[in-house]
This record gives sequence, C-alpha cells and structure tokens, in this order.
Amino acid sequence: MAAVTPLLSTRGLSRSFGGLKAVREVDFALPEGQIRAIIGPNGAGKTTFVSLVCGRILPSSGSVVFDGRDVSRLPAHKRVRAGIAYTFQITSIFSNLTVFDNVALAAQRHLLDDRQARPTARALEEDGMAALEKTGLADFAERRAGNLAYGHQRLLEVAMGLALKPRLLILDEPTQGLSDGEIDSFVALVREIGREATVLLIEHNMDVVMALAERITVMDQGCILAEGTPEEIRADKAVQQAYLGG
Amino acid sequence: MTNAKSLWLHAAVILLLFALNFLLPEYHRGIFSRVMVLAVFAMGYNLAFGYTGLLSLGHAMFFAAGLYGAGLTVYHLGWSIWPALGAGLLAGTLLALVVGFLALRTTGVAFMIVTLMFAQVFYLTTLYFTTYTRGEEGLVLPQAMRTLALPGASFSLTDPATRYMAALALLTIVLGLTLILVRSPYGRALIAIRENEERMRMLGYDVFANKLASVVISGLICAAAGAAYAVLFGYVGSGFASIQYSILPLLWVLLGGGATTLGPLIGTLFMFYIIDTASDYTTAYLLVVGLALILLILYFPKGIAGTVRERWLPWLP
Repeated sequence: MAAVTPLLSTRGLSRSFGGLKAVREVDFALPEGQIRAIIGPNGAGKTTFVSLVCGRILPSSGSVVFDGRDVSRLPAHKRVRAGIAYTFQITSIFSNLTVFDNVALAAQRHLLDDRQARPTARALEEDGMAALEKTGLADFAERRAGNLAYGHQRLLEVAMGLALKPRLLILDEPTQGLSDGEIDSFVALVREIGREATVLLIEHNMDVVMALAERITVMDQGCILAEGTPEEIRADKAVQQAYLGG
Repeated sequence: MTNAKSLWLHAAVILLLFALNFLLPEYHRGIFSRVMVLAVFAMGYNLAFGYTGLLSLGHAMFFAAGLYGAGLTVYHLGWSIWPALGAGLLAGTLLALVVGFLALRTTGVAFMIVTLMFAQVFYLTTLYFTTYTRGEEGLVLPQAMRTLALPGASFSLTDPATRYMAALALLTIVLGLTLILVRSPYGRALIAIRENEERMRMLGYDVFANKLASVVISGLICAAAGAAYAVLFGYVGSGFASIQYSILPLLWVLLGGGATTLGPLIGTLFMFYIIDTASDYTTAYLLVVGLALILLILYFPKGIAGTVRERWLPWLP
C-alpha cells in the first residue's frame, strides 16, 4: 500500500517544564480528512501536545510537519495562517465585542490572506454569518459576546475556528461544561465540520469520543500509550488500566 | 447608515471649528489654536493607548521629537517651513520605530516604565545639548522665518487667523486619518488586540507587528503635532519633553474618552478651559483639576465621549 503523506505529523516531539517532561518523544501522524480524538488521564500531556502542534509553546526537541512543511520553528500566528486553527480549553473570546465582530476578526484574517478575496464589509458579513449559522449562533450576532450563555460561548470559539477556514481544527475539550442537549448538537456540528476539515479533538467525555472519532490516540505520562479504532481502544488492556479504570 | 451619521458628525465638528475662527474673541481664538494642535497630540496618543491598549508614559518624546526636528532645522539651518515639518515627522517616526521595537518586548507596567525611561533619556538629551537647544529656556523662532509657502501665496504663521486655519487643517487631516484607520480591518485588529491578545495570536495575527505599527503611526501623529506647534507658536523648549507632557495626553484622552475619535479634542479643550477658568480665581488651580478628574471617574468613567457612546450614541466611532 502506498504511504499517503499525512496532513500533520510529529517526530520525537518533546517538551519539558523544568524537571517535568510533559510530552516525551511523541511520533504522531494524522491523515487528511480524519476526525481523531486524543484521550488520556489528567496531566497526560494532551493540551501540551496540541499546543506544540499549533505553536502556542515551542518544543524542547523534535519536529512538527504540517502539509509537508516543517513548522517546528514557526510562531503561532504563522501556523494559524498555514491552516492550523486552535480553540481554547478555557474559553477565550472578545467579551466586549459583539458575537459577529468575534467571527469577523477570524474571517478578516482569512480574507486578508486569500489572494482572490478582500475583507470588504460584504465578504466579512457573508463569511462571518456563515460560521455563525453553522454553529447556530446567527440569532445572537449583535449580542455582546460576554453576555452569551456559557454553552454559546463555547460554540463561538468553534465558530471563530471555522471562520478561519482551517485545514486542521484543534478542539481542546470543547464539550467541557456543556449540557447533554448541547453536547448532542455539538457532536452533530463536529461531524459536519469533519466533512471539510481534519479535526483533532481532545475530549474527556467518552460518549462524544466514541460517537465522533474515526481513530483514537491515548496519551499517558507524556507518551502515546495506544492508537487505534474506537473498538480496538475499548478492548485494549493497557488503556483500560491507565484510563478507563479497568 | 451609522457610517453616514458619523461622517456627518465629524464634518459638523470641523465646520463648527471653522466658523469659530470668525466668531471667537481674539483671546479664545488663540486658546483654540493651541488646543487644536495639542488635541492632535492627544489623538496620536489615543491610537496607542485608547485603541491598542498600550499605556505609554513617554509620548512627550514623540511630540518633542517633532518639535525639535522642525524647530532646530528652522533655527540653526534656516530651513523653510515645509522641509522643517518633514524633518519633525521623520524624527518622531524613526524614534517611535526604535522605541516601539524595544519597548514592545514588555507589556503592562513594564511597558509604562520602559517608555517613561526612554522619554526621560530624550528629555535629558535635550538638556545635555543646551548649546543647541537652550534647554528649559528654549529657543524662540524668529518671526521672519515662520512663513508658510503655498503655490501662489505665502502666509505668515504669526497671524492669528492663519495660525488658527493651519491648526484646523492639521486637526482635520488627523481626525480624518484616525476615522479611516479605526474603521479599517487594521483598526479592528488593534481593538481586538487590546481586548484579547492571545486570542488574536491564535487567529493568525502578528500581534507584535500590529502593535509596532500602532506605536509608529501614533508617534508620527504626535510628531506632527509637535512640529506644527514649533512653527505655529515659535517656541521650542525642553519643557515639552518633560514627564508632564507624557501625562497630559493621557489625562486629555481619559477626560474626553479613550478609543473615541472625538474624545481627545473634547478632553483637551475641556482641560484647557478648566485650568484657564480656575486660574482666574485661584493659584491653586491644580486642586480644581484634581477635583474635576475625581468627578470624572465617579460619573464619567469612560470619559465624556466614551460615556455618551455607551449611554446614548452607540454608533460613535
């Protein structure tokens, strides 16, 4: 079988904080178009790992290759423009701006970088509203973002990610703090996103993981413990011990 | 719609100021000329502080760079007004580029201190070269040199009406520039950086480059005010580089309303008249200024224009 070049791959990726090795020698590959979940106990290094991928922190050693290009030394904003979008674990929106302005800032970035487009008021309106409609926030466009309910703020994070039109969307614990009903519509949303972009999802809620992920990577103590389809992971003895409490 | 409303408002303000040239008594016309130039200084400061959220305590150096850039070239080199103004703008812009590049490595309190230190260095430099600058005593530009050549005519900048109109022209240009800037994609990015820098970085914006551009444009506008001040009022002294002139634009902007296009003008005018009126009655006029600032914080925490926008006119840029 011919090896397909993955959209994202890491080789020997490590990061230490003082004496703590948060991520150790991680080799990881994510093919284009997949929805991948990363699971693992608290402190397993999941957030550190995706932060290394999107450039919020720089690695101690190792490399990150995105779309065939080594991005290990690129600052975060350039990686975003290369197509890696990150949504924060702790909600990070522009609270004092309107919901529309929040997504418009993301759409504007995309439009500025697209040689065929210009950030005219109309283009911003179209792209911004498209992202809001996908996430079901269109009715709140003129509201102050800080006044949204928590669940809607989480969705706004995702909408901003979408408006960037990324090739890889990293979702860091997106369903944290959402109600059951909200989680259901969220799962549907991520499936929808998965048609156009590759999705890397950190998630604690196993129902969400099992419903969405095509493959699962399990991390523990900074290393990859196992990787496979949801069925394989469910059956894996080492995973059960480390994580599922088996 | 809101676009049209705000354009009309700004045009009305400029027209009103134009009409005041013919209506104001001589004394107040003089004050207004000065206020318009200093309001440009405040507008420059507002771009960095109000819109981008960069609390600088050193903007006197950009004003003074413009002041000295224009004043020294006129006084010592006998340059005419246009190239002298150019020298002032260039001096302020270059200084802002260097200071911005270094100071923007810090944020928050450290940024305040670093900008303050740079401004002190600039101030002490003007004193060190007393041979050329005459320090605190300053230089008075000879009246004969302060003529502005335009195609087909030349104007003496010592004439009150010409001075008023020149100040108004500068104010109009800078107000228009600010208005365009803050409504542009770049202006929206600056406001967003003020609101949430990390989020902006993760939306793909080069935060450092955007902030640096903001400081440079801010420095350019402040230098324009300084250069205009030198040629219009004919005096160039170290006092304008002192810490007082770094604090004043901050107060003007706070009083008028940060991150509003008209706030700096309102704030500067207001402060001038508070001081002017109070000093008619008492030598302790700073006490009155202090009282006014306390009242402001109690009842208009976002400044005059900022509070008007919040309560009544949300479309105000």
